[in-house]
Amino acid sequence: MSAIPAEAITAESKADTVGQYDDLVNAGYEHGFVTEIESDTLPPGLDEGVVRAISARKGEPEWMTEWRLAAYRKWLEMPTPTWAAVHYPPIDYQAISYFSAPKKKEGPKSLDEVDPILLETYQKLGIPIEEQKALAGIAVDAVFDSVSVATTFREKLHEAGVIFCSISEAVQDYPELVQKYLGTVVPPTDNFYTGLNSAVFTDGTFVYVPKNTRCPMELSTYFRINTPNTGQFERTLIVADEGSYVSYLEGCTAPQRDENQLHAAVVELIALDDAEIKYSTVQNWYPGDENGKGGIYNFVTKRGDCRGHRSKISWTQVETGSAITWKYPSCILRGDDSVGEFYSVAVTKGRQQADTGTKMIHLGKNTSSTIVSKGISAQHGQQAYRGLVRIAARAEGARNHTQCDSLLIGDKSSAHTFPYIEVKNSSAKMEHEATTSKISDDQLFYCRARGLSEEDAVSMIVNGFCKEVFNELPMEFAVEAQKLLSISLEGAVG
Amino acid sequence: MLSVKGLKANVGDKEILRGLDLEVAPGEVHAIMGPNGSGKSTFAHVLSGREGYEVTAGSAMLDGTDLFELDPEERARLGLFLAFQYPVELPGVNNMYFLKAALNAIRKSRGEDEFDAVSFMRLMKEKLKVLHLDDSLLKRPVNFGFSGGEKKRNEIFQMAMLEPKLAILDETDSGLDIDALRIVADGVNALRSPERSMIVVTHYQRLLDYIEPDYVHVLAKGQIIRSGGKELALELEEKGYGWIVDGEAA
Ligand SMILES: Nc1ncnc2c1ncn2[C@@H]1O[C@H](COP(=O)(O)OP(=O)(O)OP(=O)(O)O)[C@@H](O)[C@H]1O
Ligand SMILES: [Mg+2]
Repeated sequence: MSAIPAEAITAESKADTVGQYDDLVNAGYEHGFVTEIESDTLPPGLDEGVVRAISARKGEPEWMTEWRLAAYRKWLEMPTPTWAAVHYPPIDYQAISYFSAPKKKEGPKSLDEVDPILLETYQKLGIPIEEQKALAGIAVDAVFDSVSVATTFREKLHEAGVIFCSISEAVQDYPELVQKYLGTVVPPTDNFYTGLNSAVFTDGTFVYVPKNTRCPMELSTYFRINTPNTGQFERTLIVADEGSYVSYLEGCTAPQRDENQLHAAVVELIALDDAEIKYSTVQNWYPGDENGKGGIYNFVTKRGDCRGHRSKISWTQVETGSAITWKYPSCILRGDDSVGEFYSVAVTKGRQQADTGTKMIHLGKNTSSTIVSKGISAQHGQQAYRGLVRIAARAEGARNHTQCDSLLIGDKSSAHTFPYIEVKNSSAKMEHEATTSKISDDQLFYCRARGLSEEDAVSMIVNGFCKEVFNELPMEFAVEAQKLLSISLEGAVG
Repeated sequence: MLSVKGLKANVGDKEILRGLDLEVAPGEVHAIMGPNGSGKSTFAHVLSGREGYEVTAGSAMLDGTDLFELDPEERARLGLFLAFQYPVELPGVNNMYFLKAALNAIRKSRGEDEFDAVSFMRLMKEKLKVLHLDDSLLKRPVNFGFSGGEKKRNEIFQMAMLEPKLAILDETDSGLDIDALRIVADGVNALRSPERSMIVVTHYQRLLDYIEPDYVHVLAKGQIIRSGGKELALELEEKGYGWIVDGEAA
């Protein structure tokens, strides 16, 4: 187990929007890392031998190994992210072990050994005991391993022709598809973390929805089998072929523990002509114990490519965990009349920091994008929203609507909004609204004078504030997200 | 029901309530009148537990329970209701949802069953009829974008739903048109019962034509300086406050 002090990070970032949209991604990490992560399989360190070893462990074909190696070589040339205010040494990538077998033995042996606060949260969420064990990293018995559920699930998908499997399986079973699409939305050279991820990713999810197919159910990682430990470098690739539709749910409302503190995932979405992908995330990474120790650093590159005409990609996310979050789910609106959407709720409290936002890159004609970002900051929580909307010269008739609302709880929290707009076509229609509000004493008193506890009052007001985003989530997920929000704000007032 | 004795309260360094006494028996309706800034809303806030006021002396008991020992929500659960002079907007919080949560919080604290959606709707329909309230307001966020009069009516609707023991109506009549005033008054009258008491803060005798009080009090400079029957309100309407307030000061 590694430990990072909660106060390990401060950095002001400046985003340079000239040139590639990638600049935004590269700009401004917030960092500090003071740890070494132990490994039981491969010794710490990264070189070509390690990349080959990972590939070999997974029994990958030659082309995959070469792809990883190419990414690794480019990564070596990429500048290490520079820290604006360096109070802590940068991450030592040679101190990380890049292949860890699932460390079942090292996890807690029973719930007695798990952080009681974590357990309390599980109970509030109403998670069954066997599931609690799984979440806390305890080996679970066969009762919980609901193979039957997963099997029926798979059969149904199979009938529809939908491929839903781990990316490792996809590399073996559907190499043409993987080769055709992997890295075409987020190239390995995109940024430092995508380079690293491309070289060493250990697992993730692959989805392919064939032409004119409506995926018969919401896909959720929860039901994905054969992926015991996706690890810290996760890779997701979702392809919606012409005229298809898929809704994908990522994450879990229960706080997830992980021995790996640095998470650098890559998610690529591709929507061809008339296809639609809805990607919903409810993420609640362990933010650390009461001292902020052990929290997850979440650096994710998520990008959707509306490659086809009239295609649509929506990102909806509710983020409450992590010590540091750094992510900008983005859409490239390449096809004419394509649509990109971003709905986000981010909560920071305690000493959490979040730097999130989105990028909408309008390339096709009559493309439109909608951004709704709701930030909630309590206690010492800090968050920044960065949004880039770029309208390319050829993107005739593009439209964007951006709405950015911040809600502050208490007077030590902060929220900042940094919208960047680049318009190279004069026919573009852009709208931007931003508000910052506070939960007022008047509002709290009003609720309490009606018999509601302060906590219920806060959660009611916060849920009201987030409604537009929750409305975008699939029903059960929305209910869970609301519950999660209430729980994560408990004790955040005053 | 309510017994207030020698109540003194400050805001910052400023003493607003300066030894206030009031006894309200079950079933009684008391009107409190008085000049602007005399401390009427302050009194209502102190009773309901709003932060920012410091009680420096005196006591307030509701059915034998010391109110000052309780949080605002505990007072509400005990049966105290304040209809706000300036009802607060809660953007994004559905009015019906809010009311159901409030009602169930109160019921739960009393060990009663929480209402499910069906029984809640039934109760709501019943109460809406009495108040002639447009049910489209219920689907909107609490008070958000409501007109002044709609906010006041919504307060009375909440009171009807929560069925308090003691209701304090702080200038519920101001901002109401004549028809609305009637409707609100009818609503209030419908809630009068031998077990329920009300304190009605108002500037206008007109309201008291509709809601007939058992007693009328004049609050000035933080004290009740005159009490009487409903004819006192008429006298005040005619002569203003000067004759009592100045007389007291002299
Ligand atoms: N938070 C506060 N800070 C400073 N002064 C306050 C505060 N609240 C009340 N006061 C003062 O206390 C006095 C009484 O105010 P209060 O609102 O109780 O009067 P009121 O009798 O309800 O008047 P009105 O008839 O205008 O509603 C006023 O002088 C007011 O300015
Ligand atoms: Mg007043």
